[in-house]
Amino acid sequence: MSGIAFWPPAASEVAAGVDAIVIAMLAISGAIVLLVAALLLGFAIRYRRGSAARRGELPELIQKEVEVGWTAATAFLAMFLFAWASIAVLGGQRGDPDALEIHILARQWMWKARHPDGAREIDALHLPRGEPVRLVMRSEDVIHSFYVPSFRLKQDVLPGRMTQLSLKPTQTGEFPLFCAEYCGTLHSRMLGKVVVMEPEDYARWRAAQPQADDLAREGRALFESVGCSGCHAPASRVHAPELRGLYGRQVALADGSVRRADEAYLRDSILQPRRDIAAGYEPVMPPFAGILGEGELQAILAYLMSMPARGASPGEPRNMSSEP
Amino acid sequence: MSELAAGRVRPAEGPAEPWPDNYLTAEQGLGSWLLTTDHKRIALLYMATLLAFFVIGGFGAVMIRLELFTPEQDLMTADAYNRMFTLHGTVMVWFFLVPSIPNTLGNFLLPLMIGARDLAFPRVNLLSWYLFVGAGLLLVVALVAGGVDTGWTFYTPFSTMFSNGYVLLAALAVILAGFSSIATGLNFIATVHLLRAPGMHWFRLPLLVWALYGTSVVMVLATPVLAASLLLIVAERAFGLPVFDPAQGGDPLLFQHLFWFYSHPAVYIMILPSFGVISEIVTCFARRRIFGYTFMVYAILWIAVVGFLVWGHHMFVSGQSLFTSLVFSFLSFVIAVPSAIKVFNWTFTLYRGQITFEAPMLYALGFIGLFTLGGLTGLFLAAIPIDVHVTDTYFVVAHFHFIMVGGAVTALYGGLSFWWPKITGRLYPEGWARFAAILMFFGFAFTFFPMFVMGFAGMPRRYAAYPPEFQIWHVMSSCGAVLLAAAYLLPMAYLTFSLFRGARATDDPWDATGLEWRTASPPPRGNFGVLPVVAEGPYLYHPEAEGPHHSEREPHQNQGGNL
Repeated sequence: MSGIAFWPPAASEVAAGVDAIVIAMLAISGAIVLLVAALLLGFAIRYRRGSAARRGELPELIQKEVEVGWTAATAFLAMFLFAWASIAVLGGQRGDPDALEIHILARQWMWKARHPDGAREIDALHLPRGEPVRLVMRSEDVIHSFYVPSFRLKQDVLPGRMTQLSLKPTQTGEFPLFCAEYCGTLHSRMLGKVVVMEPEDYARWRAAQPQADDLAREGRALFESVGCSGCHAPASRVHAPELRGLYGRQVALADGSVRRADEAYLRDSILQPRRDIAAGYEPVMPPFAGILGEGELQAILAYLMSMPARGASPGEPRNMSSEP
Repeated sequence: MSELAAGRVRPAEGPAEPWPDNYLTAEQGLGSWLLTTDHKRIALLYMATLLAFFVIGGFGAVMIRLELFTPEQDLMTADAYNRMFTLHGTVMVWFFLVPSIPNTLGNFLLPLMIGARDLAFPRVNLLSWYLFVGAGLLLVVALVAGGVDTGWTFYTPFSTMFSNGYVLLAALAVILAGFSSIATGLNFIATVHLLRAPGMHWFRLPLLVWALYGTSVVMVLATPVLAASLLLIVAERAFGLPVFDPAQGGDPLLFQHLFWFYSHPAVYIMILPSFGVISEIVTCFARRRIFGYTFMVYAILWIAVVGFLVWGHHMFVSGQSLFTSLVFSFLSFVIAVPSAIKVFNWTFTLYRGQITFEAPMLYALGFIGLFTLGGLTGLFLAAIPIDVHVTDTYFVVAHFHFIMVGGAVTALYGGLSFWWPKITGRLYPEGWARFAAILMFFGFAFTFFPMFVMGFAGMPRRYAAYPPEFQIWHVMSSCGAVLLAAAYLLPMAYLTFSLFRGARATDDPWDATGLEWRTASPPPRGNFGVLPVVAEGPYLYHPEAEGPHHSEREPHQNQGGNL
C-alpha cells in the first residue's frame, strides 16, 4: 500500500454493508450539520443587534409543539439508525459450521496463525477468497485486538478466554493487520498482513508449507504426555469423568447445579479442577495452573473439543466445528 | 459599540480601587489564601492548580504530535511514547477536565448564582482542594520517577501483571483525586438543596446550576466505582490477589466493566457543566430567554441518568455477548436525543434576539459547532457495525476530543471570559479575545478533523510509528496543533495582562441577568450585602410582549431586587 489512506478497500462480506451504513449516516449527519450551521449563521446575521428584522413574542408555531416535535424526530431518527445497524450486525452473525478454522495465538508482539493441517505462519495470514473462515483466537499475555481495516472487522484477543471472528474475504490482495488494543512497548510494531488468495492458490500455498500436526493432534499427544490419559482414558481404572463428547454437554455438578461444558468450563477444570466438581466424582485431580503454558493448554482444549461422543470412531480428532 | 463598551467600564471619576473590601483584598498574606474557606478564593486556588496541570498535559500532547509528524518512530523510544500518551490522558482527564469547570467557575459561581454566602461546607471545599493537590503531587512523583505506560485506561491484565511503570502510584493519585471530586460533588448537592435564596425555586435556577447539580450527582455516584476498580488493581499488582489474572480464575474483562461504569459517566462529568456555561452565554448575548428551559433541565437530568447505562458501548469488540452489545447500542442512541435537544434549543434561542458578538459569544457559537460534530460522530460509534471498524482508531480519538476539548475546553475559555470581569473586576482586551476565540475554533478543527478520516482509514490509536500512507493526515493534525496551542496560550497572556492593565469593570458589564451580576465586581467576602430575594425565572432578557428597539440598551429585570 502506498499513497494516501482514505477509504480502505472493502474486502470482506460485511464490509459493503458497513460502508452503506457509514455513507447513509454521513449523509444524515451532513444534513444535520448543514441545518444547524445554516440556522446558527442565518439567525446570527438576521438577528444581529441593530438589524431591522422583526422581534417580539415568538410566533404561535414556535411553541412547545416544536420542542416536542424535534425531540420526537431525533428519537425516531436514532431508533431508525439503531434498528438498521443492529439488523446488519445480527445478519452477519450466523457462523458457518463448515468454515475453515484457523487458530490465532497473539502474544507481545506478534501474531501466530495455525491452519487446519498444521501450516503455521507468523505476522501473516493466508486466506482463500470467497470461503467462510472462522478465526479462533487466544492471547498468551495481555489483551490484543485483531484488526483488519479492509475487512471492517476487529475482535479483541483475550488471555484465558477464546474469542472468535467469522468472516468471508471477497477480494484477493494483501491487507494490513493491526493490533488495535494497546499491549505494551511495541504495540505499534504488532503488525501483520492478511493475504487473500484464490482458493486454488491457497490450497497450493498450504500444501507447500512444512507439514506439522494440527492443534488437536498436538493436544492428543500432550494429553498423554502430561498424564491426563492416566485417569481420563476409557481403559483407566481411576474413576474419572468421561471426556469424549463432553464439550457442549450439560454437566451436573456436585453442588447440585448444572453447567454447560463450554470452553471456559473445560479450561477452568484443567487449571483449577476443584472449582466445579462433576457430580459423583472425588476431587482428586491436581490443578494444572502454572504447569501448562497457554499454547499447550490451547492444544489440549482443541483436542478435548474435537473428541467425538462415544460410538463415533474413537481417538481420531475431527475438525472442531460446533459453535461453543 | 462604543456606547455598549462605555457601560462596561467603571467611570474614571470613581475610586482607583474598585472598592477596598472585595474578596481579593479583604485579607492579605499567603496564609489567608492557603487557609481560606471562601469559595471564591478556593476557585482561584483551583484555577492556578489546573493551569499547571493543563500545561503538563499539554506538554504531553505536544510531544505526541511531534513524534507523529513522521511515520518512523524517531523522536523518542517506544516506551517514552507510551509514557507520554499515558501522561497526557491521565493528567488531562483527572487533573484537568473533570475538575475544570466545576471546581473553577462552579466553585466561584454556584453560591453567587443561587444567592448564598458560601458553599454548604466551606471547610470541606478547602479539604477537597488539598486532596486534589496531594493527588496531583503523587501523580507528579509517579511521572518524574519514570512514568506510567498503561494508557489512562489502566486495562488489565497489562496494568497488573505486565506494565513496569509506576502504576500503583498513579492509581493511588487518581483514587485520591476521586475523593476530591466526591467532596466537591457532595458540597454542591448540599448547597443547591439547602442554600437557595428565598424565592429561588428549582425551576428558577440558572441552567449552569442545574448542570453543576447533575454533574455532582454523577460524581458522587460514579467515582466510588473508580476507586474500587483501581483498588482492585492495587490488590492484584501489589499483593498478588488474583482478580483479573485468567490463569488463576480471574477475569480481565471485569476491569473494563468497572472502569467504564465510572469512565463513561465521567464523560458527562466533563461535558455537562459546559452545557450550563453555554446556556448562560448564549442567552446573554442574544438578549433572549433560553428556548425551552424545562426541556433543557430535563435533558441534563436525562443525560445524567442514562449516562450510567451506556458503558458497554466501549466493549463492542471485547468479546461480550452480542445481545449485551445491542442493549448498550440502543441506550447509546437514546442518549443522543437530549444532546440534540440542547443544540436545537441554543440555536433557537438566537431566533428574534438582539445578538452581539463579544468574545464569550464567539466561544459559545464555536462550541455549538464543534459539539454538534462531536455528538453526531457519537452516533457512528453507537452503531455496532461501524464501531467494530473504528473503535480503538483515531476516529474515537477525534470523537472524544471534539466533545471534551472542542466542547468542554472551549466552554471553559468562554466562561472564563464571560465571568472574568466578575472574578477579577477587570476587562480583558476584547479584540484579542475575539481573535483567540476564532483561532481556537479553526485550530481545533484543523487538528482533530483529519483524525476522523485517518481513523476510518484504519489508523489505530496509541501507535508511535505508523504506515506512511497515514502521514498526510498526521502532518495536518500536527500543524493544526500549533494553531490550537497558540489559541490556548493567547488568553493566558491577555487575561494576565488584564489583571494589571485591564479597564475596571462595572458590576454588570454584559447587562446580564443572574444573581452573580447583582453584586459588586469583584464580590465582597460574603458575596452580597443584603441577601437577594428572587421573584422571577432566569434569563429575563426580553419582556414578554415586545423586544426593545434596536437602538436602545436592553432594559433588564433585576432578579435580586434592589440591594
